[in-house]
Amino acid sequence: MHSILEAIRAAVGLIASGDATLGEIVLLSLGVSLSAVALATLLGLPLGAAIAVGRFPGRRAIIVLLNALMGLPPVVVGLVVYLLLSRAGPLGDLGLLFTPGAMVIAQTILILPIIAALSRQSVDDAWREYEEQLRSLGSEGAGAALTVLWDIRFSLLTAVLAGLGRASAEVGAVMIVGGNIDGVTRVMTTTIALETSKGDLPLALGLGIVLIAIILALNAAAYLVKEAAQRRYG
Amino acid sequence: MILPLRLDAVAYRGIIEPLTLELEAGPSTVLLGANGAGKSVLMRLMHGLLAPTEGKVSWSGDNPRRHQAMVFQRPVMLRRSALANVVYALKLAGVADAQYVARAALAEVGLKHLAHRSARVLSGGEQQRLALARAWALHPEVLFLDEPTASLDPTATREIETLIRAFDAAGTKVVMATHNLGQARRLGDEVLFLHQGRLVERSPVEQFFKQPASQEATAFIKGELPWL
Repeated sequence: MHSILEAIRAAVGLIASGDATLGEIVLLSLGVSLSAVALATLLGLPLGAAIAVGRFPGRRAIIVLLNALMGLPPVVVGLVVYLLLSRAGPLGDLGLLFTPGAMVIAQTILILPIIAALSRQSVDDAWREYEEQLRSLGSEGAGAALTVLWDIRFSLLTAVLAGLGRASAEVGAVMIVGGNIDGVTRVMTTTIALETSKGDLPLALGLGIVLIAIILALNAAAYLVKEAAQRRYG
Repeated sequence: MILPLRLDAVAYRGIIEPLTLELEAGPSTVLLGANGAGKSVLMRLMHGLLAPTEGKVSWSGDNPRRHQAMVFQRPVMLRRSALANVVYALKLAGVADAQYVARAALAEVGLKHLAHRSARVLSGGEQQRLALARAWALHPEVLFLDEPTASLDPTATREIETLIRAFDAAGTKVVMATHNLGQARRLGDEVLFLHQGRLVERSPVEQFFKQPASQEATAFIKGELPWL
């Protein structure tokens, strides 16, 4: 118990002192995860909306597949991206392996199904309400899907946050494709795993506290935005 | 001109039995019948929201959708201002100077002062007036109304009925589904009476209420329950 308290005290000290190593790791983690979320949002929201609004053969199978892909194991994604980006792989020439770029790609693949599947569900629910009115006004296809997406944008924050939560907490994929190289691809989760195995608990705990604080702050902000939007727009 | 509207042996999944009729410009038409008679489905077939499983729905002119509007029992408003909701519809229809036209439409239904209020926070009656403003702004040749006052209080109902009369006075063909006999009398010129998906009777309003030609209509007017 004593050693845990000591570790927590040291961790708080590290955060309070603005430790450079810790700051660097936090910034890289945020950069990688937020880039992945931005990419996955850009691709996932229109994909989810298109599946929700469109009626085409194989739609049900795609919905089942998308839902199943939400549970993609990070290490498998990491392995596949590793194989693609390794020198012998089809994308080896890009030289992305063991760079933050590779980590962004892996995390994007990991969270794209989450954002697409959750937004598909939200748009589907909204579409039941909007469809007749929009079609009556002459809005169909991509235009209608975009209208619904924009109209429920605050509800879609939940889908984006779920993706962010998954990306920022994920360790397996970024460890494989990033290599956990000090000062290059070392992020919060991989550092926590490494430092814990080395027995350096203060840094691991400090990063853990920062990680939880960031996720909490982002969720609180999203909740407040959603509430304010609901009050304003109904 | 997109009227007359012709339905040739139109049927829909056993909900509407094969039905042939023609609607001309002019008289306000009321689709009357009990719940489940097929009024709303028939209206959606006419408006093109549903495709008939048999038969054909045909309008006379080009681009018939542009010259129709529909107001639903529960108005669906986008999460934007009342004005922006009308502007959205006008832009889809390719109307120039959408802002000006939308403001005029809001003034017409008495919602000018609420133009910048979010549409979804308006009361039920105000939202229905906004739905009518959205339709009014499009100057439709035909206006479909699906039980537009079913969930409104008497005051809001009166306001909506006044606006429906304004559409009629402006030359718009009104086609309204209702199970409200008083409303049918007040707003209709002719009645299409539906019973279990069949068009049982078509007659002028006065005649329908004085001398209904079918047993089903007689029972409906008397408030009898035909299944007992």
